Amino acid sequence: MELTLVWFVLLAVLWTGYLVLEGFDFGVAMLMPFAGRNNKERRVALNTIGPVWDGNEVWLLTAGGATFAAFPEWYATMFSGFYIPLLLILVALIVRAVAIEYRGKINSEVWRSRWDRAIIISAWIPSILWGVAFANLVRGVNLDADHQYSGTFWDLLNPFALLGGVVTLLLFLSHGAIFLALKTDGIVRERAEKLAKQFGLYAIVAAGTWAVWGQLAYSRNTWTWGAVGVAAISLIATWYLSSTKRFGLAFIANAVAIAAAVVFIFGALYPYVMPAINDPANSLTLKNASSTNYTLTVMTWVAVIFTPIVIAYQAWSYWVFRKRLHVDHIPEHNELTFTKA
Amino acid sequence: MEVLELARWQFGITTVYHFILVPLTIGLSTLVAIMQTMWFKTGNEKWLRLTKFYGKLLLINFALGVATGIVQEFQFGMNWSEYSRYVGDVFGAPLAMEALIAFFLESTFLGLWIFGWDRLPKAVHLATIWMLALGSTLSAFFIIAANSWMQHPVGAVFDPETGRAEMTDIVAVLTNTTALVAYPHVIATAFLVAGTFVCGIGVFWMVKKARANTDDADLPMYRTAARFGAWVMIISGVGIIITGDEQAKLMFQQQPIKMAAAEALCETEQPAAFSLLSIGHLGATDCSDVKTVLAIPGMLGFLATGDWNAEVKGLKPLQQEYAERYGATTPDGEIIHYQPNLAITYWSFRLMIGLAVFSALLALAVLWTTRKKQYSDKRWLSTLALVSLPMPFLAASFGWIFTEMGRQPFVVAPNPTGSDEIFLLTQFGVSTAVSAGMVLGSMITFTLVYATLGVFWYRLMHRYAVEGAPLVQPPPDPDDLEATRPLSFAY
Repeated sequence: MELTLVWFVLLAVLWTGYLVLEGFDFGVAMLMPFAGRNNKERRVALNTIGPVWDGNEVWLLTAGGATFAAFPEWYATMFSGFYIPLLLILVALIVRAVAIEYRGKINSEVWRSRWDRAIIISAWIPSILWGVAFANLVRGVNLDADHQYSGTFWDLLNPFALLGGVVTLLLFLSHGAIFLALKTDGIVRERAEKLAKQFGLYAIVAAGTWAVWGQLAYSRNTWTWGAVGVAAISLIATWYLSSTKRFGLAFIANAVAIAAAVVFIFGALYPYVMPAINDPANSLTLKNASSTNYTLTVMTWVAVIFTPIVIAYQAWSYWVFRKRLHVDHIPEHNELTFTKA
Repeated sequence: MEVLELARWQFGITTVYHFILVPLTIGLSTLVAIMQTMWFKTGNEKWLRLTKFYGKLLLINFALGVATGIVQEFQFGMNWSEYSRYVGDVFGAPLAMEALIAFFLESTFLGLWIFGWDRLPKAVHLATIWMLALGSTLSAFFIIAANSWMQHPVGAVFDPETGRAEMTDIVAVLTNTTALVAYPHVIATAFLVAGTFVCGIGVFWMVKKARANTDDADLPMYRTAARFGAWVMIISGVGIIITGDEQAKLMFQQQPIKMAAAEALCETEQPAAFSLLSIGHLGATDCSDVKTVLAIPGMLGFLATGDWNAEVKGLKPLQQEYAERYGATTPDGEIIHYQPNLAITYWSFRLMIGLAVFSALLALAVLWTTRKKQYSDKRWLSTLALVSLPMPFLAASFGWIFTEMGRQPFVVAPNPTGSDEIFLLTQFGVSTAVSAGMVLGSMITFTLVYATLGVFWYRLMHRYAVEGAPLVQPPPDPDDLEATRPLSFAY
């Protein structure tokens, strides 16, 4: 297999890791006010992702760094072209990281509710915008002969991309609800179970429509029908399993659906990484966007050695924190003797 | 302002801000790991309390450091896409390695450390803070290797067909002499920052407690923190001097124009004097305007080569040399000024060295006043500690401002003994697909968001520092089933 193809596949793997893991992080944060009606219940929700969200986010940094290393032209065109969506995502990720960490640092209801609002809003923004960005890649954008993005910000808000945003939003909401149902007990779990069933159904409708639209209108390969099929089956399975309260399997099914969506996106692009809709000759392809064979070889070795190690210790951290959380597990804020910063 | 100026300002603002937080994270994660190791070995509760105290401050700092770090990785593509196209084949590799090898390590083990108290076996829990410290220390290596390639490109060739630099030797990139001296210098600085932090807060508490009650039970603990921090400062201070000297000697060879600017050295001199004070018009583009009023004869040559009688090249002959070698004008016919901004390089270099002196004073004062099991209740010591607290942060910032501003007008400075084709002027690295309005909007957004979060960061750091070391909770009752007992920590 050509190394450029290896790296195209590896990037799909990194994005899958990111969207599956941070997907439930975002989902849990968005559902925090619905699953938890008081401070302790909200803390039950937040602490299901507490020990792991930071590590999950590194999948994004790795995907970004790997794009830079393996496909510098893609990285340069995409990041400068999708400027405003990325700026909003960045601001959201910054605020979110600080909000999660600072929320419990002062024992005051006002302090906590403000940071809660920050945690919630900063999960909604990227949940929608990642879908918008990926849908635009699949659809294609305007590129000039120097491979520079030549569209505007408003071009990115086309109907297909906006529906893409709805798809990632619903997938993450459903994913987060299932995760909460798996990781909590008591009233939070009951609410999460209901939410999972609801969002599972919406996700089928939105993702199904988007994928068929994308396949018919934009996919460069017929085999991606396979990915559409797998996504559809796993989403239906997710909904069915959630309805029958088998949340472990539902979680796996939803993760498969997210993975199938990434396979669809990357498959629909191939052999392009950033197709130009104004003139196909301006497109960025696996060939013209990639690094040299030497760099790709080096990076392949690095990835082959370190990715399994990362997966091993991350999996271990999930094992350590495998217990369900209940309001009784949440300590009082008694370590905080102060109520003002 | 043009896209170029705005993008430079944004990079400067976001990077300086990020690097206020980073050295404390790097140094303090190791120091907290040492404190926890001491508790593990001795069982002395004071070490546990110090671990929790400084650990909490570490977490407040870590959160903002990580958050502002994400911007760094995206910014190259967003504002500096042409730079990214030019260097991606080389520069992307260490960046990707940093995420895969270092960031995963620190972030995953951070979660395990915070939530792992009373849940993981003690030894395993201790290992998690060491992994966190290892991750943050390793991350610095990769980013410095990447930065060093911009100061001194090695292990790459220029490909005229693709118009970019292409990597030929990853080992050369990772063992760049520039990186090998810059990395220990930065790590030593991180320990100076963290040592000053631990010592400064320890001294503040020791003096406060000693003034209130000389038998206070917490006194030995805070004295330990103060002395521990002071020793870290002494050791790292020596490290900074040695590595800084190495780095300066190397820089005279690799980026002579940066060092000439740092000294406001206009003409070639032999022996060359070290300027203690030079004055002139700020932002002067002609170095003849600058007058040196106070200098140590021969010292510059000594710093550059170890020889008091050595010749050091001045800015004027260097401008000539650079123009001959890398072109007198840009393709658009604009004259290239190879001399970096004089006032900034000259003063940032001096402030870097000068401000670090506070740490040295504090360390010596603390070790002297607390010798032979004494406690100090001297108010001047407490004042010195608080004044010194921000100084190494500022010194580190000025160090980076010096090294990055001194690299101008290049974003990738040429290697005098390497390929003459590998260099990039900053003005050709900026994104062409973005408008000045977009960059201005993003610069204002980041500045406001950072400023707001900075206020919360400071308030929490201050609040937790003046709260003092927490009393430790009794360990959980072993009869309590793990399934039902509350978590020892939760957000």
